[in-house]
Amino acid sequence: MDNKLYYYESYDVAIIGAGHAGCEAALACARLGLNTIMFTVSMDSIALMPCNPNIGGTSKGHLVREIDALGGEMGKNIDRTYIQSKMLNVSKGPAVHSLRAQADKQSYSQSMRKIVENQPNLCVKQGEICEILVENSCVTGVRTYSNAVYPCKAAIICTGTYLKARCIYGDVSHYTGPNGLPAANHLTDCLKKLGIEIYRFKTGTPARIDKRSIDFSKMEEQFGDEKVVPFSFETDRNSLNKEQVSCWLTYTNETTHDIIRSNIDRSPLYSGAIEGTGPRYCPSIEDKVMKFPDKERHQVFIEPEGNYTNEMYISGMSSSLPEDVQYQMYRSVPGLENAKIVRNAYAIEYDCINPMQLKPSLEFKTISGLFSAGQMNGSSGYEEAAAQGIMAGINAARKLKGQEPIVLDRSQAYIGVLIDDLVTKETHEPYRMMTSRAEYRLLLRQDNADLRLTKIGYEVGLISEERYNHLIKKERLIFEETERLKNKMVGGNAKVQEFLSAHESTPLKTAVSMADLLMRPELNYELLAEIDPEREKLPDEVTEQVEIELKYSGYIERQQRQVEQFKKTESRRIPADLDYDEVPSLRIEARQKLKKIRPENIGQASRISGVSPADISVLLVYLKQN
Amino acid sequence: MRNHDTIAAIATGTTNAGISIIRISGADAIAIADKIFVSKKNQKKLSDVKSHTLHYGTIMDGESMLDEALISVMKAPNTYTTEDVVEINCHGGIIVTKKILELVLINGARIAEPGEFTKRAFLNGRIDLSQAEAVIDLIHATNEQAVKNSVRQLNGNLCKKIKEIRDSVLRDTAFIEAALDDPEHISLDGFTDTLKEHTEKNLKEISILLKNAEDGKIIKEGIRTVILGKPNAGKSTLMNVLVGEERAIVTDIPGTTRDTLEELIQLKGIVLRIIDTAGIRHTQDTVEKIGVERAKTEAEGADFVIYVADASRELDENDEAVISMIQEKKAVVLLNKSDLSMKITKEELENKTGKQVFVISAKEETGMDAFAEAVEAMFYSGLIDKKEEVFITNLRHKEALLEAKISLEKVLESLAFDMPEDFYSIDLMNAYQMLGEIIGEAVDEDLVDTIFKEFCMGK
Repeated sequence: MDNKLYYYESYDVAIIGAGHAGCEAALACARLGLNTIMFTVSMDSIALMPCNPNIGGTSKGHLVREIDALGGEMGKNIDRTYIQSKMLNVSKGPAVHSLRAQADKQSYSQSMRKIVENQPNLCVKQGEICEILVENSCVTGVRTYSNAVYPCKAAIICTGTYLKARCIYGDVSHYTGPNGLPAANHLTDCLKKLGIEIYRFKTGTPARIDKRSIDFSKMEEQFGDEKVVPFSFETDRNSLNKEQVSCWLTYTNETTHDIIRSNIDRSPLYSGAIEGTGPRYCPSIEDKVMKFPDKERHQVFIEPEGNYTNEMYISGMSSSLPEDVQYQMYRSVPGLENAKIVRNAYAIEYDCINPMQLKPSLEFKTISGLFSAGQMNGSSGYEEAAAQGIMAGINAARKLKGQEPIVLDRSQAYIGVLIDDLVTKETHEPYRMMTSRAEYRLLLRQDNADLRLTKIGYEVGLISEERYNHLIKKERLIFEETERLKNKMVGGNAKVQEFLSAHESTPLKTAVSMADLLMRPELNYELLAEIDPEREKLPDEVTEQVEIELKYSGYIERQQRQVEQFKKTESRRIPADLDYDEVPSLRIEARQKLKKIRPENIGQASRISGVSPADISVLLVYLKQN
Repeated sequence: MRNHDTIAAIATGTTNAGISIIRISGADAIAIADKIFVSKKNQKKLSDVKSHTLHYGTIMDGESMLDEALISVMKAPNTYTTEDVVEINCHGGIIVTKKILELVLINGARIAEPGEFTKRAFLNGRIDLSQAEAVIDLIHATNEQAVKNSVRQLNGNLCKKIKEIRDSVLRDTAFIEAALDDPEHISLDGFTDTLKEHTEKNLKEISILLKNAEDGKIIKEGIRTVILGKPNAGKSTLMNVLVGEERAIVTDIPGTTRDTLEELIQLKGIVLRIIDTAGIRHTQDTVEKIGVERAKTEAEGADFVIYVADASRELDENDEAVISMIQEKKAVVLLNKSDLSMKITKEELENKTGKQVFVISAKEETGMDAFAEAVEAMFYSGLIDKKEEVFITNLRHKEALLEAKISLEKVLESLAFDMPEDFYSIDLMNAYQMLGEIIGEAVDEDLVDTIFKEFCMGK
């Protein structure tokens, strides 16, 4: 075997996989000046969207904005290629407003391909990586299926759902990756040899149906927003003007459910042919019907796959039922009576790692220079993958430059919550981001991602001087206007009282500040212009922040106080070589978990399930003693 | 993780000593003391005074004066814990002292764990290991027993009640969160009314628990416990041992206890309201007969019965009468007078009564520990309970309950202000966490699990 190996040129970093995680990781490394190579099993699958044709959505939209605020590409790429855009949850508080855009899948993929292909310092190469070469627990290179060895100092595994992938519907199963692309069948064995623990997860996708065979008159049309908000803080709003396409809403019914129930024994999910663990968030339609038998109907969203094709994505009806049942099932839905299936729904099983083997920097604890990001780490979704990709890229680059890793904490970003959850909490299903997972979500809004993270992106080196200066100016304007409103007193003169009564607001008895008036639920910044003549015209992005921060100040301040407590425990570091067997009186379960996860600080330790506050006391005392 | 907040505790013993000291330590110690302290001479604020000074004044609960007090203010870092420390010296007895402590807790401190002041002194480098050893041992011991304790600190009914409230809070939160995560599938229209109704109901339940937790109420009520046994079996001696001083008249002549006597005692932290009855005996003596009747009535209404059998005499018809009375009751049997030659065996009595039997000598005070532990175990496992009402006896639990209440009130406030729905879940989850602390359950993945279990989500 060895004699057949031949050595190719050296790189600083090798990225294995060119999906959403791989692209962000590769771009971050290359932009930070590292000589980078990215491998993909197929040049046609760069930034492929093999499942739903949209980017963003609740909490995922937050991730995209954070990626952008750090200097990543996903936000800009969807801004370039969106065909419908919608801000979700606008009737709720600003913390849960979430942006979601339908993508033209092919354009999305091609646009990203153009970016990575033209990125200086980055070489994209088709080929399957079969082995990661490790000497003395350090990465030294990667080997392709054709036995070419590329020496490198760091490698980032971003293999998504390709490792030993198997696609299944009914009793048909193919050992292929998504969309019939070749699976990567060799890397798992190498990882196992390196002592890495492997999980087998499962996910699924619904059928694609020919648009011409759908009767849209039986469905409700779903439009995009008139005023489109870009994902990227750098995208010019004027560049977003385009005609948007519609999505369509229909429902399953009792007939659909009967068809599923009477064929349930033919579903590999229920017959036991699929062993992998599926995500609760994206249940197959057979799961929905079996687990919620009282629900009379389930929503079905019909989403276009792009402007280049007639394929429509049948959201809400992913399945692994046999082809003949799929036909019956889809055709029982109003509007789909004559549906022609272009691609069958299928379930896919794949290998991934137990992410608790990673440090919060996404580097393996036991192998120096080896990083992992994306679905490989047990997450689900394009956005979760990209978020890990950029962090793994940044940290691989920092490692090679001899710098400390960047670890975002739970009070700084959804990305911080995502990675902390993955590396700290046991996950037994593909992990999806949710707003309920972010305990400080009032502070982690999609509207302030730049204020939270762009300085970090600048310090890392992914944010331009110009963008940084813009941010500093924005911060200053927000501060000045907030202070002005707090100090500007409003008396109960006739004009003010008239204004208040016109807006059904209680008249003033004593003078109050403009900020106090802004906090009244029935008033807002725009309305107050009438009684605020000295106001200067400020950019929307500034007034939006001023308004939110003042209007919800009571709640926001409470969360900030919680964050202060949180930060204190996060700053108490635990030595990497701590021998937990030497710590007296830890309960057995806590000792085992702590040994396995090896938390970096007391805060992380306290979030491990099975570690009690009393265990933390014991640990603190021990650390102090030694 | 709570190593930086402000803590408070009664620093003196809980006996009725002349002076009690409440110690507060942490960044907010002085500010908290200021909220409840009014100085005598002038309106000086404790935050303005010099470090290591004493101040005389009154402790105020709103408008009403609780006690006169001397307050010492010691500022960081030259204090025992190296944090700001305030000590309140008061002399109003244990009930007033507890009230003042509660006031301190309501104003922002939390109750200190055993040894926590010393733990802080150690962690902050104030004292060395040898000085802190005892406390470290305590922390270790506490942890080794943690699992046992978390279960044992609550009685069954209370646990059930807290779980009910907690489940209700979680389900409401999960619904809101499910709708926030999947707005196109799940609508919150009209939910605010439901939430208001649920929250008001939960608040009411919590208020009842809190009201019952008032010290006075616990002291007044306790677990109704009746001591039964034939005359001269040693009931009064037992009661005296439990109470710790001579209360009942004790003689060797049968029937000297003519009436029921009531005493409140604490057994392993559980308050028992013990009713000593005249010995059960078929009698013609009128006075004594009234006593016997009352004993029977008391036994019927009791939460818990202690049957004292006399080991030095054979069982007789009086014992048979008692045994039949306790069949349906929560009861333990004490086989007393083990110091004399025993005519009845433990096994014999166990078979006859079907209850746990403990061999003791009330006179010699032997065998009492096993008995006390059994009572404690029965209480915490829910075998003995106050009828219907449940109540909190632990100050730490009470504090958590109070925080849960404040959080739910904030939910109502947000509802009244018509805040967007996502604001509700912040305070709901806080209440959920606080209730969890009472029953020793962490939040972990409960919310996400409930969302997926209860609601069909996702694409």
